Amino acid sequence: MTTQQEGLLTLTEMRTGQAGTVVEILGGHGFVRRLETLGIRPGKKVTKVSSTLFHGPVTLKVDKAQVALGFGMARKILVEVDKYLPRGS
Amino acid sequence: MMRILLVGNPNVGKSALFSRLTGIRVTISNYPGTTVEFTRGHIKLGEEQAELIDVPGSYTLEPSSRAEEVAVEMLKEGDLVINVVDATNLERNLNLTLQLLERRIPVIVALNMWDDTRHRGIDIDLARLEDLLGVPVVPTVGITGQGVSDLVRRLPEAKVPESHRAYANSDERWARVGDIVSQVQTLSHRHHTWTEVLEDASSHRVGGVVIALLVLAATFWFVRLGGEAIIDYVAEPLFEWLWTPLLMRLSVALGPESFWHGALVGKLIEGQIDYFQSFGMLSTGLFIPLAAVAPFIISFYLALGFLEDAGYLPRLAVLMDTLLHRLGLHGYAIIPTILGLGCNVPAVMATRILESRKERFIAATLISIGVPCAVLQAMIIGLVGQYGMVYVAIIYGSLFASWVVIGLLLNRLVKGFTPELLIEIPPYRLPSLRVILEKLWLRLSGVVKHALPIILATVLVVNILYNFGLFDALASIAAPVLTGLWGLPKETVVAIIIGFLRKDAAMGMLAPLALTAKQMVISSTVLAMFFPCVATFVVLARELGVRDVLKAVGVMIVAVLIMGSLQNLIL
Repeated sequence: MTTQQEGLLTLTEMRTGQAGTVVEILGGHGFVRRLETLGIRPGKKVTKVSSTLFHGPVTLKVDKAQVALGFGMARKILVEVDKYLPRGS
Repeated sequence: MMRILLVGNPNVGKSALFSRLTGIRVTISNYPGTTVEFTRGHIKLGEEQAELIDVPGSYTLEPSSRAEEVAVEMLKEGDLVINVVDATNLERNLNLTLQLLERRIPVIVALNMWDDTRHRGIDIDLARLEDLLGVPVVPTVGITGQGVSDLVRRLPEAKVPESHRAYANSDERWARVGDIVSQVQTLSHRHHTWTEVLEDASSHRVGGVVIALLVLAATFWFVRLGGEAIIDYVAEPLFEWLWTPLLMRLSVALGPESFWHGALVGKLIEGQIDYFQSFGMLSTGLFIPLAAVAPFIISFYLALGFLEDAGYLPRLAVLMDTLLHRLGLHGYAIIPTILGLGCNVPAVMATRILESRKERFIAATLISIGVPCAVLQAMIIGLVGQYGMVYVAIIYGSLFASWVVIGLLLNRLVKGFTPELLIEIPPYRLPSLRVILEKLWLRLSGVVKHALPIILATVLVVNILYNFGLFDALASIAAPVLTGLWGLPKETVVAIIIGFLRKDAAMGMLAPLALTAKQMVISSTVLAMFFPCVATFVVLARELGVRDVLKAVGVMIVAVLIMGSLQNLIL
């Protein structure tokens, strides 16, 4: 299994099950701080756990914890996605 | 008295630990000037008593919510901090720990959820962690009580670390956290446990909805059966055997025709007290809250406590967030709304978990209009069901539609903001029965203390007004609305007014009126949407304030006029 970079995606653009590293959080100081206290900050490895229909909240996994955040917030989180190539390809 | 603070992130098992550390005499209070609640109890340290305060869960001491502001305020008044840390989530939790260590207050760390680390493949070097933090670290399991005696024994060792340092900014602090975690924690891969499988299923798009429906159905079933069992086997027998004989003596002493007999004992039905129809302050007035409503509240709180501590509610909030945002609400508003299906009283009280005033107003108004409580639902199904279940479905559909439409409108009309969802989804855990029962007791005593006196007073006042013929006057005023707009016979007015005291009793009064199916649907819907019962009204006034309650009543009246007329036109 190899990994290569696939460029930046926002959390909302990521597919369920995709993992990556948070690169940047767009938004004001307060927003960045709030996410930080939940363990979401640049450099952290996150996995998208689920999304909901009609631009509902996105759930992601960071360390051993899961955090759900509104679509608008999720759109402000930029992630460098790991691309897992299937074995043998 | 020494004051010990229990400080930690939300969902780290703080309340379970709190219940293990304290004995009885636990109280919930509001922090002055806020709706933030905290729990206070006592702990025995050798010969001495100390006060233990369960500080509202916070992620940081640089507050971003009211609960966190309160936590910071409380920290100033504490003598010692027990920092509860979730061992399965070391990094995020240690950020708060380092912030606590920067304040000059003695700290001891309770490394909670210790039993969870093993099957999650986490290994923590305790001695090294103690060394790096410079304060004692005690592994604990709040739910079983493991490690709690060690924690108490080592409390005197709590200290301000010798190598005291403050971090210039939070990046520097996070760097230090990362450094500590890398030195003390080793991770190994483990297979999924069954709770993790369930976790994945309930955050799945489709699986989540299926599980939510199952959970709601099970909860509803439990609440109804539990409530009915308490009524049949405990509440009613107690009233029959103990209270009725006393009241009958009072009745004889007062004389059946006297004014006070009417006010206190009420009407005798065939020479007997009928708790559903006598309407005396000490008969129906006492019976309603204690024997008819409280049992449902008890079984509801049990179910809620379980769902809460099992970690299900945040998942439901995520699922419902999209819809609720259209109604000006936050996903978390689903919790009070579900509560309302049991009893509107605790539901309205629970709206205080919502952050903005706008949300609290909308949620409370919607609950009191569109969410029928368990007792009312039981009567609707029983009485209207005789005409055919399709009519029951029409009532539920109408209530749901009014809930959605009023929400959509209020979202546009009410000024204010609805914050976006940002919540931690805790792992599923098997709740501790002890904590659930303690919470039940605290919540129940809160309801009894706040609502009961006012319900009794209101029944008394209503009785006196009844004696003066006020209801007859009301009936003639309301008659044009009833007959003209809703197509209901004039006699239903008494039932609708009685509905203010108790909705299901009012439904019972509709039964002998020989209404058509259409009239039954309209009167039941009107009854459900019109004024909430007096107990709900009291807490509504307490939670929203007089001005907002008047607005809510305005919305209620307009909504019920429109809905009743629509049904009359369409059906």
